[in-house]
Amino acid sequence: MTEAYDLAVIGGGNAALCAAMTAAEAGARVVILETAPKAYRGGNSRHTRNFRCMHGGPLGPLVEDYSEEEYFADLMKVTGGKTDAHLARLAIRSSEECLPWMQERGVRFQPSLSGTLSLARTNAFFMGGGKSLVNAYYRTAEALGVEVLYEASVTHLELEGDRITRVDYTHEGRAHSMRPKSVVVASGGFQADIDWLTRAWGPAARNFLIRGTPYNRGVVLADLLEQGVESIGDADQCHAVAIDGRAPKYDGGIVTRLDCVPFSIVVNKNGERFYDEGEDVWPKRYAIWGRLVAAQPDQVGHVIIDSKSLNLFMPSVFPPLKADSLEELAGMMGLPPDKLRETVDAFNAACGDTSAFHPTELDGVATTGLVPPKTNWARPISEPPFYGYSLRTGVTFTYLGLKVDETAQCRTAEGPVRNLWAAGETMAGSILGQGYLAGFGMTIGTVFGRIAGREAAAHANR
Amino acid sequence: MQTVELIQEARRQAEICNACRYCEGYCSVFPAMHAGRAFSDGDITQLANLCHNCRGCYYACQYTAPHEFELNLPKALAEVRRDSWEAYAWPQPLARRFHTHGGAIALALALGFAVIFWALRALGGSGEGFYAALSHNAMVAIFLPAFLLPLVSLSVGMARYWRAVDGEPIRLAHLKQAFGMAAKMKNLAAGHGDGCNFEDEDRFSHARRFAHQAVMYGFLLCFASTSVGTVLHYAFDMPAPYPLWSLPKLLGVPGGVLLTAGCIWMAALKLRADRSLDDEGAFGGSIAFILLLGFVGLTGLALYALGSSALMPALLAVHLGAVLTFFLLTPFTKMAHGFYRLLALIRDAQRT
Repeated sequence: MTEAYDLAVIGGGNAALCAAMTAAEAGARVVILETAPKAYRGGNSRHTRNFRCMHGGPLGPLVEDYSEEEYFADLMKVTGGKTDAHLARLAIRSSEECLPWMQERGVRFQPSLSGTLSLARTNAFFMGGGKSLVNAYYRTAEALGVEVLYEASVTHLELEGDRITRVDYTHEGRAHSMRPKSVVVASGGFQADIDWLTRAWGPAARNFLIRGTPYNRGVVLADLLEQGVESIGDADQCHAVAIDGRAPKYDGGIVTRLDCVPFSIVVNKNGERFYDEGEDVWPKRYAIWGRLVAAQPDQVGHVIIDSKSLNLFMPSVFPPLKADSLEELAGMMGLPPDKLRETVDAFNAACGDTSAFHPTELDGVATTGLVPPKTNWARPISEPPFYGYSLRTGVTFTYLGLKVDETAQCRTAEGPVRNLWAAGETMAGSILGQGYLAGFGMTIGTVFGRIAGREAAAHANR
Repeated sequence: MQTVELIQEARRQAEICNACRYCEGYCSVFPAMHAGRAFSDGDITQLANLCHNCRGCYYACQYTAPHEFELNLPKALAEVRRDSWEAYAWPQPLARRFHTHGGAIALALALGFAVIFWALRALGGSGEGFYAALSHNAMVAIFLPAFLLPLVSLSVGMARYWRAVDGEPIRLAHLKQAFGMAAKMKNLAAGHGDGCNFEDEDRFSHARRFAHQAVMYGFLLCFASTSVGTVLHYAFDMPAPYPLWSLPKLLGVPGGVLLTAGCIWMAALKLRADRSLDDEGAFGGSIAFILLLGFVGLTGLALYALGSSALMPALLAVHLGAVLTFFLLTPFTKMAHGFYRLLALIRDAQRT
């Protein structure tokens, strides 16, 4: 290793790139160590689509305004108060200046996508999605002189006292080391390491699908935690949603989502319902369904709808199973036919007047006397053909991560590690104790990526 | 008949796109795609002809190979697009030769030269300027059918296309929107106006848009020049040659320069672009077509520059031979895309 770098950024997604660009603009010599090959660069960022952004008036693609208080209240709702208010408010307040900063570095926004009108005020959508953001940032970073090594897997950070003194990594099949002045860790959670997930969740985790990159295996996170760098968050907390059970094991991304649950009944493999499918609109419920499905036998749910609901939700990437009778559908889905018939009959009998049915609003069309109830959109499953989807738990990212302060700096029990910062999903547990707010992951990554880059460059220039 | 496998592959990809929708802001293809849930063969054909192969969606896509979904929408649509031109072309025996075989275009060009040289010898000239080499009547006898036959052929193909995509009666507003899109080539600018991803992976640039505009406007100026000359000849009894400060020359000279330069630029960009994001089988045919079109422009300019020299008869034969070949092959080469693209834009205007 001949190059002397001021800063090594570990990871190649949004937070890593924001840190690298910020540091390079401050004059630092930066290298990005991205474990994925170029085609898969960008970690989970390549699957993202928007950035939740505070704004005092119309800003870029965002309409009206979205205040710090409203943003914070939205966050507290989903985390149930399990939030570091100081860091959360820092992320929220900084988000407004990030949007033009992102545009200056090549990110292009587009009006809210069809089917996502509810986010037009709060979330700025990237034109082309997260991979186009990643592409733009790599172009900008390389123009700033940032060096990028793909398939460069960091195996160990040597912590001596209060400093990282060495970065060990493999590249093109060979082991290397470097001694940068500063290190930023932005290499995500550990969700792609199924063994680690299984230790945290129990055997159920073997049936989970990983919605994003297979490269976030938590190697650097584990290495740092072993050396006494402080962690935050519980190992079994993560952003997990209910997705199409036929999705690929890894990297299925956005297309595996299923929006049909509110118009359905959902049964487990024994043909029994287990939760109110109509509790709220799907964007506010898909995250809790990840955990609900995880708690069912074999970690699977089965969604049943009838023909009148087929066109009420976004098209699915895989077509639904289709049958002319419930018994036939049960056979196709591996469910006990008699039990499914019994469940559907009981549900249908509990449905009342459906004239107020409104697919995009909480319509109060509810069941009576049924346990669990369905409190909105409760219409009998009665008009063949019938359609079925399977649901599985899809993990986006884990929350157990590196504890940081408002300068994104990591610490041990003895105090701060002087040249180590963290940004993105690997420290998002510092802000998200549980639950998830759409587009907030990119906010955390951008805000803390920039902070980490600024601090790391300042340290190296000192 | 369109090829079922190509449509099926494009449909498979479109269904994945329709569940994602990240690319909605790039071009006309995605809003049109997202308007429906299921895609008929006609829908896929229409989407294919709306696609300008700007590749923005490919580089933004999280599902390209090595991902198991293996999306490559620009390629899938390019293949359906060419296949649709071939399927709708009339007469069919000529349909599946020239898109994929640059050599066939070269051969046709040689035949074009031969016809004109023969005409020069057999029919001879009468009159001034170019007409000294080939009489006006002989030119009309050759080029009137050579102009009209392709138009008949194209209108058969276009009518077939319109039926396939369930076209509705065309109103002025549809035409206005479609011609506006074509004039600005908005679909090559992308929704953000930064251009397309053609010659240098994911870098956005306007190179292809500007090159294509040079070709299109150059061609239209040349065509206008010829049309004006025809009107002057018949309506005002003012036969060629025309001086520099005359309408045919004022249109034709800049037109020729734009056409020639645009074709050279276009061919250069095409050589740099990643062929795996396009209809690879048609690479030879489409490069040969661009060169033919550029050759028409270049020889036209040469004829203007050297029209009063001893080289004139030979240059005239070469130029007219190229023009003849270009005209006759219009329904069967990349030139057809302009007509189908316009129909696709009109059809899209009917949707909104």
